[in-house]
Amino acid sequence: MAEKTNRLGLTPADYKGSKTTLCAGCGHNAISERILESMYELGIPPERVAKLSGIGCSSKTPAYFMSRAHSFNAVHGRMPSVATGALMANRTLIGLGISGDGDTASIGVGQFVHLVRRNLPLVYIIEDNGVYGLTKGQFSATADAGSTSKSGVVNQLPAIDTCLLAIQLGATFVGRSFSGDKKQLSAMLKAATVHRGTAVLDVISPCVTFNDHEGSTKSYSYMKDHEEPIHELSFIPSYENIAVDYDPGSTVSVKMHDGSRLQLRKLEDGYDPRNKIEAVTRIMTSHAQQEVLTGVLYVNTELPNFYDLLAIPDEPLATLPQERTRPPRKVLDEVMDSLA
Amino acid sequence: MSQSASTVINDMSLQVATVNGSGSQSANMVLLRTLFQMGIPVSGKNLFPSNIAGLPTWYTIRASKDGWIARKKEVDLLVAMNAETAREDVLSLRPGSAVVFDEPLQLGSVRSDLAFYPVPFDKVIQPVSSDAKLKKLLKNMAYVGVVAHLLGMEMGEVEAAIAKQFRKKAKAAELNVRAAMAGFDFAKASLEKKDPFQVRRMDANRGKIIIEGNAAGALGAMFGGVTVVTWYPITPSSSLVETLIGYMRRYRMGADGKSTYAIVQAEDELAAVGMVIGAGWAGARAMTSTAGPGISLMSEFAGLAYFAEIPAVIWDVQRVGPSTGLPTRTSQGDVLSTAFLSHGDTRQILLFPGTVEECFRFGAEAFDIAERFQTPVFVMSDLDLGMNYWMSEPFSYPEKPIARGKVLSKEDLQRLGGFERYRDVDGDGITYRTLPGTDHPAASYFTRGTGHNEKAQYSERPDDWVNNLDRLERKMETARRELPAPILDGTGAEVGIIAYGSSHHALVESRDQMLREKGLKTDYLRILAYPFSPEVRAFVDRHPRVYVVEQNRDGQLAALLKLDLPAELTTRLKSVAHIPGLPLDARSLTDEIVAREGR
Repeated sequence: MAEKTNRLGLTPADYKGSKTTLCAGCGHNAISERILESMYELGIPPERVAKLSGIGCSSKTPAYFMSRAHSFNAVHGRMPSVATGALMANRTLIGLGISGDGDTASIGVGQFVHLVRRNLPLVYIIEDNGVYGLTKGQFSATADAGSTSKSGVVNQLPAIDTCLLAIQLGATFVGRSFSGDKKQLSAMLKAATVHRGTAVLDVISPCVTFNDHEGSTKSYSYMKDHEEPIHELSFIPSYENIAVDYDPGSTVSVKMHDGSRLQLRKLEDGYDPRNKIEAVTRIMTSHAQQEVLTGVLYVNTELPNFYDLLAIPDEPLATLPQERTRPPRKVLDEVMDSLA
Repeated sequence: MSQSASTVINDMSLQVATVNGSGSQSANMVLLRTLFQMGIPVSGKNLFPSNIAGLPTWYTIRASKDGWIARKKEVDLLVAMNAETAREDVLSLRPGSAVVFDEPLQLGSVRSDLAFYPVPFDKVIQPVSSDAKLKKLLKNMAYVGVVAHLLGMEMGEVEAAIAKQFRKKAKAAELNVRAAMAGFDFAKASLEKKDPFQVRRMDANRGKIIIEGNAAGALGAMFGGVTVVTWYPITPSSSLVETLIGYMRRYRMGADGKSTYAIVQAEDELAAVGMVIGAGWAGARAMTSTAGPGISLMSEFAGLAYFAEIPAVIWDVQRVGPSTGLPTRTSQGDVLSTAFLSHGDTRQILLFPGTVEECFRFGAEAFDIAERFQTPVFVMSDLDLGMNYWMSEPFSYPEKPIARGKVLSKEDLQRLGGFERYRDVDGDGITYRTLPGTDHPAASYFTRGTGHNEKAQYSERPDDWVNNLDRLERKMETARRELPAPILDGTGAEVGIIAYGSSHHALVESRDQMLREKGLKTDYLRILAYPFSPEVRAFVDRHPRVYVVEQNRDGQLAALLKLDLPAELTTRLKSVAHIPGLPLDARSLTDEIVAREGR
């Protein structure tokens, strides 16, 4: 039987990356799979993709999909500026920015804010688990107020809603999904990839190791049941990916790895994502109802993107020939005359 | 004082003391240009406060028949327009100096050993305009007229200089000419010449231009083929990018109406350098321009670019630190920290332009060097060089084609079958790279600030780490031999002097003073780049005593040299480090070196 191929004649294997080194069951791995899948299905040549990331568990993931794409794992919280430079230099690249909640909403919030304002064509994925995984479980700025960390610290500060923030800053494509919702996330990634502006996708992605919210005692008891010491942070239980499949307009209650529950509400069919005020109202309403609203929350295809504003040509600036980047001798003569 | 007995021609420094924001800059430029047009070597230094309006500011213009263009320590003619500083300004003058002052300041009684010229500027300017706001500005041009008469400047050249200064505003030019004439006429009718200073037409400036180092650097970048420019406003570097924007809009628009460049004002210096690094990674000639505080902020990214090996050009127009320091004063205070900018075993390439011509040259060449070595290149200018006006020969068009370094194309990859990003194929420490978007399945690699092997794969193996760091060191050894070589002047003297950057101008004058006044012969090596050329060691080897002249407290370049030289040579180095917050002057250097030489 012939191998499955996309419109370019490439197989899913052409979109593969290295083996993941994240915890088994990590939501981030599911997101990597969805990215790989959507790029394959859209028939995007992997060589045309630039994967950009900051620092953290999420930012390691570009190594785990599309090895045939160039990748740049930069410094913590500063992926937006690196992406901006790279894509200005070569606008023909398809930019995939992978960040986390700490990388975006804490150390990187300044660059995130200004990236969104510029409307740089970039798919900006926040793999959002509310904790710092690599440094073992400290809160990030998207952690809910009142949630408890593994070490027992209660988060006293309000969460930053990155989608709400992005809409307020003028983002032109804002969506929220869940790492285990194959259908929704895959569709959202494809739409974001073809959008000609910054697409901010906040993807809730449970951390199997440090994800304790309310009800985290169940997590402790889970570990106790397995007779492992609860403060032994190197203990990584093996989990299955959490998968959900629910209809537009409905809600689903998701049981997290630690036993806590996440109430997802999917935007109904017919929701008009072009209305900014409505989008903000719906997100804030969902906060009041302690639900997480998923779907494409806001889209604006009318605004100029960063390339339009810079008035740069269609071909990459990076490889313009010398005839176009070094003015002729007579220009220098003219300038010298004006300075005499 | 008898005029004929002690006339001093084309050798004087003029200082205008005003209030920041009073509009005196145009008048000072007219004085500078008039002297330039009269063929007299001239230089101007703006000693300004970090302030929009209200604080004292001084502008010093030096005319020197011998061509000395460093700041002169002594002021010969003071124009005192600022009530707040007038008394102190007058008290600091040497006997025999001259003072033009606004009559209400009543300075004539402060000292008896100066030539005082009271001028009732309000009255002088009254017939020119009745508009109060305009009069405040025109007063400045009136002192131009007074000084022109006292020094013997040609009014035709004053008018030409005003026309150039206000070339887009004919009405303003006409008013300013009338104001200058009013000053001139007043001085002619009412002031008796009592000082020895005179200017007289020479022919030393034929074909020369006047430009600030920042503008020269901007031009260099444009002709160097820059395609991505990012910046965050900071004194004294802002004018570099602002000037560049003007030139690029004029000369780098494509026939299709599209820009052949992108210029972005970033949200801060971290983002500015992040964009440069992203763009350099993707293959653009990318640069940013900043000053000390910005350099400090860029330190993490600078280490990433060094370690991940990404070309970047970063201008540091140095001002006085530490911290916010003196934002509008000049220094060479970032040299040591920038040479090692970032944590871990980071080493950076530095270029030291000493003239506006070198600002132009390095403005372009820095890109060739950054792409050749795939690493950041810091162009270490300073406020004196960057923001003041300097005479220069016209700049030469870059003859060498733009060199993009070791970049593999799709065709190269087809031939080679693949490549390893960090493998030292040529033995010079410089490896091959591909640009994102290269249409070949083996083109991609993973760029990271974490430990990596030759294939750019994540690695924590000790051998991979050591191999990589050793190779990076080898790359810097290659750079040492290829970077712009130092410039030697003089051989056979027992005393050697090393300097760099804008210190050059005071030093060449000081060497002349030491020779003429004390018979002290010196050899001079001007350093243009770090890591240091092997010629630097050879120079120290030939001289029992080597003075290292620079503008900071700690002798930063001397310290860098000590790290580089064998132990037996380090004791030969003697630091001459000055940081008064003013451009370096020759007399201070002469006094110190002569004393230390026991002359």
